[in-house]
Amino acid sequence: MLVALIINIIAIGTLVYSFTQSSRKSIQALKTALVKGLKLAPWMVGIIVLIGIALSFVPPEVIERYLGGEMTIYQVVAAALIGTVSMIPNLITLPLAGSLIDSGASYTTIAAFLTTLTMVGFVTMPLEIKLLGKKITFWRNLLAFFFAIIIAVIIGVLM
Amino acid sequence: MKQESIADNLKKLAIFLALTAVILILMRYLFPEQSALSLEVMRDYSMEVALIFPPVLLLMGLADVWIPEDMVKQYLGKTSGWRGILLSLFLGTLPTGPLFIAFPIASEMLKKGARIANVVVFLGAWASLKMPQIGVEIQFLGLEFAFYRAGLTFIAVICIALITDKLLKRSEISWGKILKE
Repeated sequence: MLVALIINIIAIGTLVYSFTQSSRKSIQALKTALVKGLKLAPWMVGIIVLIGIALSFVPPEVIERYLGGEMTIYQVVAAALIGTVSMIPNLITLPLAGSLIDSGASYTTIAAFLTTLTMVGFVTMPLEIKLLGKKITFWRNLLAFFFAIIIAVIIGVLM
Repeated sequence: MKQESIADNLKKLAIFLALTAVILILMRYLFPEQSALSLEVMRDYSMEVALIFPPVLLLMGLADVWIPEDMVKQYLGKTSGWRGILLSLFLGTLPTGPLFIAFPIASEMLKKGARIANVVVFLGAWASLKMPQIGVEIQFLGLEFAFYRAGLTFIAVICIALITDKLLKRSEISWGKILKE
């Protein structure tokens, strides 16, 4: 929340400063922001709705059932896959991960889950492809998935 | 940017919102139990996006008129090397909010001549190395776990970026399909 506030203050401060330098350029910047915002808005709404619907059919309790308990290599891969296909707000994820650890889940599994959850995005791929192209999207996500498993395994060894 | 372009996009957005409303109403009747939960998640996410997206757009607009392409090329371009990687990493750790808000920024970076490696580093840092997020992670998962995860992710993000950069040529990728006029 605080960070969001700071970003807003910085943006408004920069805008005010920009106006003192050139109002023509500032108005152009505002127009660019507005047009981009309008173009991106349907994507943002779509992603949010999709996340909401998906999460309601696979609630945290279900995830808890799969990721808790004895660690196996299947479970680590499953954790990475669940993290890939789901998009859960951080506000929910980190407490969920914490309670999973408390109830006996392994750090390896949780690391795999958290890393793919944040770095690999299945739901957001159409937007990523539109904005960054198929190739960057494909390689970035694929490599992030593999590195997530490597990170998880090393964390398992270290902890 | 012309006036029609704004009106046009407003119309598209209105149609999209109407469709979304229909889906949500259908869901309320077909799956009343899930509907309540999904609305709650949507509300939380919308709040986050509503707080972060406007200032990000504003900063993107300002960057567009004030930051010359040469400057982006100099600091983040092909020849920026490790300095460019570290700068992108640093830029990615500052904000908050979900990764999909970073995609338009990354797209602008590419358009202005940033190196692919730097764009991928920026996205990776935004996804998993955001400082506010690591703070919360320490709280719920402990310092040791957060420290190892962040350290390993730091290395992984740089590896992913350098591999992607090696595999792809700038000329082969098509970016910014939505934002281009």
